[in-house]
Amino acid sequence: MEATQCCGIAGLMSDPALAKDELWRRIAVAIPYLWLLVFFLAPFAIILKISLADPVLALPPYSPSFDSDGSPAMSLNNFSFLLSDKLYAITYLRSVAMALVTTLLCLLLGFPMAYGIARASTATRNLLLLLIVLPFWISFLLRVYAWMGLLNNYGVVNNLLIWLGVIDQPLQIMYTDFATAIGLVYSYLPFMILPLYASLERMDLDLVDAAQDLGATRSRAFWDITWPLAKPGTIAGCLLVFIPAMGEYVIPYLLGGPDSLFIGRVLFDEFYSNRDWPLASAVAIVLLMLLVVPIVLLQRAQARNKEQSA
Amino acid sequence: MTHFIRIKGISKRFGDFTAVDNVDLDIEQGELFSILGGSGCGKTTLLRMLAGFEIPSSGKIEIDGVDVTHQAPYDRPVNMMFQSYAVFPHMNVAKNVAYGLRKEGVRRTETTKRVDEMLELVQLTELKHRKPDQLSGGQRQRVALARALIKRPKVLLLDEPLAALDKKLRERTQFELMNIQDELGITFVVVTHDQEEAMTLSGRIAVMDKGQFQQVGTPKEIYEFPNNRFVADFIGTINTFEGVVTVVGDEEIQVYSDEAGESLTALGRQLVEVGQTIEIAVRPEKIFVSKDKPDNDDVCIEGVVDDLGYLGNRSLYRIRLGSGKIVQVSSQNRRRSVRRFLEWEDKVWLSWRPRSAVVLLD
Repeated sequence: MEATQCCGIAGLMSDPALAKDELWRRIAVAIPYLWLLVFFLAPFAIILKISLADPVLALPPYSPSFDSDGSPAMSLNNFSFLLSDKLYAITYLRSVAMALVTTLLCLLLGFPMAYGIARASTATRNLLLLLIVLPFWISFLLRVYAWMGLLNNYGVVNNLLIWLGVIDQPLQIMYTDFATAIGLVYSYLPFMILPLYASLERMDLDLVDAAQDLGATRSRAFWDITWPLAKPGTIAGCLLVFIPAMGEYVIPYLLGGPDSLFIGRVLFDEFYSNRDWPLASAVAIVLLMLLVVPIVLLQRAQARNKEQSA
Repeated sequence: MTHFIRIKGISKRFGDFTAVDNVDLDIEQGELFSILGGSGCGKTTLLRMLAGFEIPSSGKIEIDGVDVTHQAPYDRPVNMMFQSYAVFPHMNVAKNVAYGLRKEGVRRTETTKRVDEMLELVQLTELKHRKPDQLSGGQRQRVALARALIKRPKVLLLDEPLAALDKKLRERTQFELMNIQDELGITFVVVTHDQEEAMTLSGRIAVMDKGQFQQVGTPKEIYEFPNNRFVADFIGTINTFEGVVTVVGDEEIQVYSDEAGESLTALGRQLVEVGQTIEIAVRPEKIFVSKDKPDNDDVCIEGVVDDLGYLGNRSLYRIRLGSGKIVQVSSQNRRRSVRRFLEWEDKVWLSWRPRSAVVLLD
């Protein structure tokens, strides 16, 4: 890696101005990358270290990695505990399921929205994009509290339904998984729409016309042309929704109620309520693995796909 | 005999804007027909109505005796080559070309055979596994052509087929297109803003402006006998002299023009009256430049050389008349010489035969 880099620069040395540009470009890219890498790897290493320790009543609340005689004192106890207790497995599965449902709903809602925005006139398009981004100007927490006001038993939704005569008794929406799903979809929808919009906006509309001209019906043309060409945006949007939804803590806590079991909440409780840092760290490590492994596989598949088509 | 394509009273309105205004047109089978006009003249809208992407506000379109006015694009015996080429970026060349057959449900073996034949025709056989981003503009254009031709449409619509190519490639592709059209006998309808392209490609041209046809005819008719000021101006370069009719004879008319400073003789093809204000128009290549006053019946005006340009095969002169009007003249460089025949500010005589001038009424 280093060798190729220095050759690359040496190769450009014939033109000093170009070499200088290239050097600056690399520095500009390298610094933020380094920042991200260091501040991802360092906490990860610390969490990994804690996950291999035992909880103790001390400060910090975990046993040292090495005994006083210098021999390593690390174990996989926390991980085997996670595996042995069915509750954790169920919680992970519930989190995966909730994140999948959220991603799917965001895609179903977001795709037509992104398509509509990308096809609107320039002036309308900017307005619509602004409206998508507008909620970010208000604190995320406030917006979730607003949903509590909307969904609780005497909230706007129930009052409206009762007033319309649709129901006699308030519906229990608040503190259910349904409320959590509503909150998640609401919060993460923009992260689905924006990358989808980016890939749809770039698409040449003539392509769809051409497909229809060649005998494809409207829906056929969508699946043959629009959908595959929007794939990069779809994948980016799904990852941007799925990953944070998987570990989300605030929304299930506030909208899902105290008994809703999602991994983000378990993580929080282990850290703060139980002060079992080693177990909490193990939970975090497993969560990370659950997220990283499918993403790596997906990227591999994409790379292979690209090679084949090239 | 009924015409192959019949367009009857077609209009298309977008809100208050009328893109195509009550157009009638008949095109014969096997014809290479061009619709020529500037941007926003309605030519693309007309083409898109033929393809089925736009439904006419009023009027009727028949192709080979069938009313297709309200048929969906995928039901019409018409295929289109898009200006952007619209080659599917996620499919290789062979898959792009095969797309139309696959939608038609043609068997795999048959599809492969026809795709190979078509790729042969457009000389893309070696590139059939390439993706569009690995092709040049000219190659993409041929993919688009092959893809549009493979369903053996009754009519092929081409939207600015050569606009995206560089000059050399454009000339070569032009002749390739004509050969392919000749070989397959498919009716081509081309939309273009490039008059040179329209002139070389087509058997007939419709010149379009403000949603209406200004003139329909062969390239020669349109160039030599333009109907009106717009057509004369749009196709090639033309010098116009405004004047008042003074004499109307059996064949010839006399027009006195302040701009020319002379009485001009022209053939009175149209009905004009004495006292009417008209325009006499002459193409630059119809005008002779000489240092001495020519001794014949030609129309003759005096002027000085304002500017000149040497283009190799011909020279361009801008001659300033007494009235200040500039006349453009183009003359063939028949003689091989490094010396210039004329210099700036030389006094010259311009002359042309009366029959070379066009009388324009509006």
